[in-house]
Amino acid sequence: METDQHKQIPFNDETLAMVNRIIGRYPEGRQKSALIPLLHIAQAEAGGWLSPETMDYVASLLKIKPIEVYEVATFYTMFNLKPVGNCTIEVCRTGPCWLNGAEEIVSHLEKKLHIRVGETTSDGKFTLKTVECLAACGNAPVIQVGTAYHENMTTESVDLLLDEWREETSPSYQNPYK
Amino acid sequence: MSLRILTENIDIPELTSFEVYRKLGGYRSVEKSLKTMSPSGVMEEVKKSTLRGRGGAGFPTGMKWSFLARGIGKPHYLICNADESEPGTFKDRYLMERNPHLLIDGMITSAFALEANTAYIYVRGELFRVLRILEKAIGEAYANGFLGKNILGSGYSLDIFCHPGAGAYICGEETALIESVEGKRGNPRIKPPFPAIAGLWDCPTVVNNVETLASVPWIINNGGEEYAKIGVWKSTGTKLMSACGHISKPGVYEVKMGLPVEEFIYSEEYCGGIRKGNKLKAVIAGGSSVPILPADLILKTAAGEPRLITYESLSEGGFETGTMLGSGGFIVMDNTTCIVKNLWNFTRFYRHESCGQCSPCREGTGWMEKVLYGIENGEGKMPDIDLLEDVAKNIEGHTICPLGDAAAWPVRSAIRHFRSEFEEHVKLKKCPF
Ligand SMILES: Cc1cc2nc3c(=O)[nH]c(=O)nc-3n(C[C@H](O)[C@H](O)[C@H](O)COP(=O)(O)O)c2cc1C
Ligand code: SF4
Ligand code: FES
Repeated sequence: METDQHKQIPFNDETLAMVNRIIGRYPEGRQKSALIPLLHIAQAEAGGWLSPETMDYVASLLKIKPIEVYEVATFYTMFNLKPVGNCTIEVCRTGPCWLNGAEEIVSHLEKKLHIRVGETTSDGKFTLKTVECLAACGNAPVIQVGTAYHENMTTESVDLLLDEWREETSPSYQNPYK
Repeated sequence: MSLRILTENIDIPELTSFEVYRKLGGYRSVEKSLKTMSPSGVMEEVKKSTLRGRGGAGFPTGMKWSFLARGIGKPHYLICNADESEPGTFKDRYLMERNPHLLIDGMITSAFALEANTAYIYVRGELFRVLRILEKAIGEAYANGFLGKNILGSGYSLDIFCHPGAGAYICGEETALIESVEGKRGNPRIKPPFPAIAGLWDCPTVVNNVETLASVPWIINNGGEEYAKIGVWKSTGTKLMSACGHISKPGVYEVKMGLPVEEFIYSEEYCGGIRKGNKLKAVIAGGSSVPILPADLILKTAAGEPRLITYESLSEGGFETGTMLGSGGFIVMDNTTCIVKNLWNFTRFYRHESCGQCSPCREGTGWMEKVLYGIENGEGKMPDIDLLEDVAKNIEGHTICPLGDAAAWPVRSAIRHFRSEFEEHVKLKKCPF
């Protein structure tokens, strides 16, 4: 994973054009505002997580101090500060989902993947996380895989999803602007 | 009879395309306002409608707009709050996924009224799908001359951009949201100054919820007075209710203000009753932050009046016997639900989402979570129940932003209405469910 991730840094011309388009959405001198969008792009390009090198690179693109990037990256839960599996599974753990079977989904996933919440499988395929309410409570339980939602989950549909992702080689985190 | 202001045509899948939205009468309010009205004329219509903010607090929208500091030589900004993270709430996502142009339509008209030339949509980070849908819809609006320079030859120019979040409930609070747009951590600011005076980059800013802005086109097309005729007293228009939990038909429903709660829960047109023929136990009517009410008090007020879906009726009885309409996130619990476990879960949410700036919120939410975990798992003692109440009281009103209150209210109301259930956990030394 280490090698993969640094292939994407620095960004290629296409990604740099995207970055400049986004910076242009904010007034002169306010380019720091593009930080969160850029971190999403960097995280997707770098295989789903932000290393210090990646964050320093983003700081250089925005002409801000690296500490300003670290401050933000550590605040928001969507930014991963250590490597994740190719497929990141996030189970909603808040009230409506928890009371509608999410608890069972989490223990099923832990058993199937032989890991606990917060861990990555030894083959680097899967990372399991829990998240707070995903604004889809009417279709509880809900899980998010990278950038896609899956609703009304059952242990059976979780198994199907795992089968699909065992085969898949492209990462679950996608660049939202592509 | 149902009236559809926000969800008319919503079942047409092609509604997300500019052509279809336009053919069905979309963007008429932009034409009308930019070509025939003045900014203050638009604001007057919104004032007359008595539309109240749909983000949770219910503040009158026209009045909020009138506080904007105009003519101080700084640009004005409109920000749409599409951070939707309040547990139980999923109406804005529904609207944006299916009818993105309605929001853009409303934002152009509103930005015109505010004399803002730039507007941002703060889209919750997890909603990648919505971000893509909105980016595409905005692109179409530019291509058709409804955004950009000199819109429809009116001389008015507007740019709308999306700005994603990255996973932080607190960024739904308007000053935290502004910090987040500035590329910082989502720490709420001390008010005053209010955003209307010094908001984004220290400039006059209005932050409005998705549903609020999406209500504006109808108001402009039909007039504020027509809008004010819908509903009851100071709760005018329609409200999107997102219903979930133990009901037969979870989903998003547009209801006319004034619909009886009982009809909303039991009618086939809406929630379709309690699932599996179970009995109603409790409801959290406006997202996880509002007080929980037991079945008898959600259906009828303490005075025996039918409870209606309006700001006033739901808060009838104050926090003793009432609650709040909040965001319209309607969480229904049947008689199999453990109130303590449910509360522990929500309290964990607030502990997790506290930004940590104020000690009562940072420490108090953690403390309440621990005590609740103990009670739920059979390690609680009787004085713990009073301790919980005490901690909640010490958070309430002692913090920079309302997240502290939002964590305290559920605890206080659960103990108020379901104290015996807490005591049972302690006596049995385990969860009775
Ligand atoms: C902790 C917290 C979270 C909030 N989350 C949201 C949210 O997700 N969406 C929203 O529209 N308003 C949210 N609000 C309310 C906003 O601060 C603000 O009042 C609202 O966006 C104003 O829009 P309105 O006047 O149109 O309702 C939240 C408030 C607090 C204190
Ligand atoms: S009340 Fe809580 S979330 Fe709000 S500013 Fe204080 S610590 Fe942060
Ligand atoms: S509680 Fe899971 S999506 Fe809302």
